[in-house]
Parts: sequence; C-alpha cells; structure tokens
Amino acid sequence: MASAETVIKPDFGTTRKHFIFEEHHDRLRESIRAFVEKELAPHADEWEETTFPDSVIRRMGELGFLGLSMPEAYGGQGGDYFCNIVLAEEMGRSNSGGLTMGVAVHTDMAMPPIHLFGSEEQKREWLVPAIKGERILCLGITEPDAGSDVAGVKTRAVRDGDEYVINGSKTYITNGHRADVIVLVTKTGDAGNYDDFTLFLVPMDSPGVIREKKLEKLGMHASDTALLAFQDVRVPASAMLGEEGKGFYHIMWELQGERLIGAAGCVAGAQRCFDRTLEYALERTAFGRPIGKFQAIRHKFADMATKIEAGRQMVYSTAWRFANGEYPVREISMAKLFTAQMACEVTDECLQIHGGAGYMREYGIERAWRDMRLNRIGAGTDEIMLDVIGRSYGL
Amino acid sequence: MRTFEKGVPGAAPRRPLPPFGDEHEQLRASIRRFVERELRPHAERWEDERWFPDEVFAKLAAGGFLGLKYPEAYGGQGGDHLHDAVLIEELGGCGSGGVAAGIGAHVTIATPPVFKFGTEEQKRRFLVPAIRGERIAALGITEPGAGSDVAAIRTRAEPVDGGWVVNGSKTFITGGVRADFVVTAVKTTADGGHGGLSFLLIERGMEGFTVSRKLEKLGWHASDTAELAFADVFVPEENLLGRENEGFYLIMANFQWERIAMALGAVAAMGRLVDSSLAYARERVAFGRPIGRFQAIRHKIAAMAVKHEAARALTYHALRRFHSGADAIDEVTQAKLLSQRYACEVADDAIQVHGGAGYMREYGVERAARDLRLGPIGGGTDEVMKEILGRRLGL
Repeated sequence: MASAETVIKPDFGTTRKHFIFEEHHDRLRESIRAFVEKELAPHADEWEETTFPDSVIRRMGELGFLGLSMPEAYGGQGGDYFCNIVLAEEMGRSNSGGLTMGVAVHTDMAMPPIHLFGSEEQKREWLVPAIKGERILCLGITEPDAGSDVAGVKTRAVRDGDEYVINGSKTYITNGHRADVIVLVTKTGDAGNYDDFTLFLVPMDSPGVIREKKLEKLGMHASDTALLAFQDVRVPASAMLGEEGKGFYHIMWELQGERLIGAAGCVAGAQRCFDRTLEYALERTAFGRPIGKFQAIRHKFADMATKIEAGRQMVYSTAWRFANGEYPVREISMAKLFTAQMACEVTDECLQIHGGAGYMREYGIERAWRDMRLNRIGAGTDEIMLDVIGRSYGL
Repeated sequence: MRTFEKGVPGAAPRRPLPPFGDEHEQLRASIRRFVERELRPHAERWEDERWFPDEVFAKLAAGGFLGLKYPEAYGGQGGDHLHDAVLIEELGGCGSGGVAAGIGAHVTIATPPVFKFGTEEQKRRFLVPAIRGERIAALGITEPGAGSDVAAIRTRAEPVDGGWVVNGSKTFITGGVRADFVVTAVKTTADGGHGGLSFLLIERGMEGFTVSRKLEKLGWHASDTAELAFADVFVPEENLLGRENEGFYLIMANFQWERIAMALGAVAAMGRLVDSSLAYARERVAFGRPIGRFQAIRHKIAAMAVKHEAARALTYHALRRFHSGADAIDEVTQAKLLSQRYACEVADDAIQVHGGAGYMREYGVERAARDLRLGPIGGGTDEVMKEILGRRLGL
C-alpha cells in the first residue's frame, strides 16, 4: 500500500465540473454560447416555420465550429473529441431541436466517416468544404423498409465498368433537401450477411437523385427531412467510401458517434428545459406563493436535476472511453437509451409544471416536448438499444 | 496510425473509470480475496445468528483495511478516501448487507469524526485502537423522536464539574450493541437545535450507559442494531469531540462521506445483481431455451444494467468532486438519491428474473432486496435528499 506522499491525487480541479474538460474547452464553450445566443436563438421561432437557412452552416464554418476535432490539414481545429461534446451541449441553447439536429448530422454523423474512411481525394473534395460550411452533408441509412434493421437495406449499387449504378430509396433523411452530398449505405453483395454493404459518396445533384418529398413531423420543425429516390444514379468507382463490403461495419462505427452526440444533445436539451422551468416556478404564484415553494414541485425539480446529472455523467465517462480509442458500444447504447428516456421524462415534467402555459406555443416547452420525443426513436430505438445491451452480455 | 478490424478502428484496451486507476485495482483484488476467504463463507450463518463475530474487525485490521485512509502515524495505511471507496465496493461481495454495514459503520461513519475533529489525545485513545480493530466504534445520532430532523435531538448533556451528565436515548444505532465507544450527538444547550448540539465520546462501561434493546429488522440481519439508554451518565470533558455547540457541523461534514459510501455500496450491489441475473438467465431453461434468450428477459436485464451504469457514473462523479476537495453537496445528494432507489428497483427485477428461485433464500437475491431497502431511508431519506436538492435550487 502506498504512503500518503506517493498516492496519486488526480488533479480534477475544483473549478472545472469534469475531468474531461480543460481550460480551452471552457473558452470554446463561451465562444459557441455567445454565437448561439446572439445569432441562432433569436430566430428559433421563425425557423420553426421556414426551416433554418443554409447560411447557418456557412457562418458556423467561418467561425470554425464545424470541424472542431478535424485535423488542421483539412481546415479543422485539431481539437479533441470533447470539443464536439461542447458544441452539442451549447447548441441546446438555440431552443431549436431541429437546428441542433441539422448541424449534428453534418458535423458528427456524415463528416466522421468521410474523415476516417475517405481517400485523400474524397477528403479534399468533400471534407474540406464541409468544414468550411460551403458544402452540406447528409447521411442515408434508413429506407421505407429498413430502419433499425440496417441489414434490411435494399438500395442497390451495381458495378458497371468504372462506375456504379445506384437504385433505391432513402427516407427520414435529415438535411436531405439542402445537402450537397450524401453518405449512402448501399447493398453490393448477395451473401446474405453483413459483408453485403458498401458506402458511397453521392453528389446530390447527380442525375437520377430525386428529392421526392419534404416530410412533415411531430417536432424538429426547423430541420428538413427528405424522402429520396435514386434512379439509375451513376457514380465513379472512386466515389466508394471505405472498403467494399465493409459498409455495415463502417456505419456501425458511425452510429456510435452519432448516438453519443445525440445523448449529449439530450442532456443539453433537458437542462435547457429544466432551467427555463425553474425560472417559471420561481415566478409563477399560486395559492399565495411561487409554485416552486410547494414541496410537490420542489421534489420534481430535485428528481429532474438528479436524472439530468446522471445522464450527463454517463455521456462524459463514455466520451472519455471513446476519446481514448475504446469502442464502448455497450456504454454508448446505455447512455443513448438513458438520456433519451430521461429527456422525454424531463420535458414532460416541465410541461406539467408549466401547466396551461406549457401547453401553449409561446413558452417553447411544448416544442421541446415534441422535439425531444424523436430521441427515443432516431439513431436506434429504445428497444434496439436494449437489444444491443442485452446481446453485449451474450443474451 | 489506427489499425482496422472488420471495418472499424481497432479498440484500445479498457481503462478503469476515474477516479480509479491501476493502483486501486490492485487493492481491489486483495480485498476481494479477503472477502472471499474470510467473510463470504460465513455470511449465511451470521445472518441466521443475527450477529457476526468481533474477530472480523481484528482480521480486517490485520489486512490494514480499517485504516486505509488514515495516516501511518495512527496505524493507518496513509491512503485516502478512494482506497476506502474500493473497500466499500468490495465488502458488499460478502453476501450480507449486514456484515458490510457493521464494518461500514465503524470505518465510514464512526471513526472519521474522531480523525477529523479529535484532539491528539483522543486520536490515541480512540482512533488508534479502532484502526487496530481493538475498539469498535458506532455513531449515535438518531433518536426515537429525531431521525432525519437532527435538530430535534433531545438527549441532554448537562454541564457539571469536569464534564457532563447525559440523559436520553438513541436508536437504530448500527454496531451499537458491540460498540466500545459511541460518537454521540447530544444537546448541550437548553434549546438544542442547530446551534446547540455537541458530540461526546461515550464509552462502554460508563455508569448509566446501557444497551436497552437489540432491534429486529427487515434486512441487515447480521448487523447489530441497538437502542441505547443514557441514565445520568457522567462523561468527562476530555471526551468532548470537536467544539461545544458545533456538533451540527460535524454531522453535516460526516454526511457527505456516509452518503457517498452508501451510493458506492448500492452501485456495487447492483453490479452483483446484474451479474447473478445474467448467470441465471443463461443457465435457466424454459420453453426450450435459456430464459435470457427471450427478449423480455434480455431487455429487463439490459435495463437493470443501464440503471447500474447511470448510478455508477453519477456516484463516481460525486466521489471525484468530493475527493478533489470541492463543494460536492449537490453531486453527493444526487448520487445517494438515485443509487438507493435504483438499487431497490434492480433488486426487485433480479427477484423477477430468478422467479421462484429468487424468492428462496439460497440464491441470496431476496436478501439483497431486503438489505437494499434500507438505502432510501438510511443516511437521510429520499424525501430529505429531495428537500436538500430543491432548496439548493432556491426552491
């Protein structure tokens, strides 16, 4: 046993809230926060009607927020993974789930596979302008008949000389209307196993790419969601992203980052809703006192704060593993499941505390309630998460 | 350069979650061996006997486990709270919450105030033999009329020449039947309350100090829980612990570590319940397959594991904050609240997964469920935790 002197006392710092963050993260946080509060939040209501404009992505590119953890060689900031967590957290202050999601699809879903699996040429063509905000990315996994069951993908890519011909359809594609390129999951084999799939980078202006429908949704109104058709779309073989037949594994890797960033977003969204509701409970008077001074309401806040913090700590400790290079599928699934359910419970409780006002549009709580509900479905449903976790134990 | 396996980056090896590192894992292995050898084989019998022998303390002391966090000058190991945290996590593995609680009362709640507030002489008389396992300590706060509401304490210490005369009673005192000394909260002013409490070290054999009852309980059967009576007990002034009328501060200081310890214990217990449920679900066959292969059971166990992970993430966060010397009241209170409630839920699910076997004694699951039920009550009830959190939010 070590003596007192040799015991390692980690410097967790007394001012910082968590060991994954350093001072430069705090500065980044401040700068993103200032941008979000000044340039995004004031437009949240308007963008619910119109969806957010592409200029948001360009502006974020200018500010360097789109490639926080991408290498400087490609125009990124060369930061660590925790910078992305900071971005996801601060975007919550935009009060717009749809905007947050649209940006996250660009930065944390479509971009990482291009960086990790892309050829030098693909990175020059797509990654560099995407980091600048000059080109917008989307990701095509889901199909009308294949959601959580990725192996059910039917969109086909068939080799024809130096080209591939793609046919099929994709749905629920966030950014699908505005995107310049899609990271597309296709089927290229018939072995009936996970080696049948391949990723392609397909420019959205290719002949045969049809943006069929802008889908209407329960929430996330500020984002555009597309139904896409691919009719004899021809791409050069060099458009293949990563290895042929490895598309399923590539996308499973992508989903880990997507789920973790989604989880961070859930925590931030829940915290935002909590903060606004706390203000309300201190202001709103009933039976002669602020409603927050009633024990029933006070205890609701205590419960919510506890669950939010638990979710946050799951995200942080899992992000720490992820950034260390671990492949913590179980923990990511746990964080994703817990935070999505927690955020839905919290927004529902916040709606309750707001009473009639919560049901009205102007307080923004009903919007948060609607926006949040997607998280128990998107990026893998609650049930899929439970299955992934259970199977990770050999069940 | 990262290596790739099956289309995903090769995973880095798992690391222990901070605040723990390799040094703690070594200690963990050594305590685990001790628990497996010295405690676990006897747990069943000790439960039946409603008592575990005092020699357990001597054996723990021989391993150095009673003074992990105390300086070598007092016979301790010169470690810190993190080493104690490892001890607490591992003690639950003995299979009896009562044994863990009996040891925990000595290590976690009764000796820390002596170390923190005691004079040099008091440390020689009480702490040194306690670390050696020769004098067993208990903490006496709760009274028949004062539980969570410590300001209502009525046990009175009247000042007399050279000390005090104590009259009153204490109840639910873990280790109180066997204790050689009790760190006792008393009222040293006529009004008592927050500004009128002090602590006295009341020793076995002092005239008028008796164990009036050994209490029967829902769980924690192997631990002795006492009702103590004080009838004109003279306590000399050198047995005053800390400053007169500042006892409330001592209680508050102690609560933080006690609550973290409870959270750690519950988290460890949940981990074991998940493990035993997994083992059972893999083995037990019904309707032609292991029950874990049914989705309902797979998802149930996955949900148990998520609760364990959530409570762990939150508890380790509280532990890191506490260990760094920061104000950790929010984190500690949240960790205590969430972990105790989740532990009860997980224990109930574990009974369900085990079916009839879970209801039977031999699997130890029903005992765990009974033992864990104290969690949301002891160390401050759930409701008190929520009051603390709510009030800290300004409600």
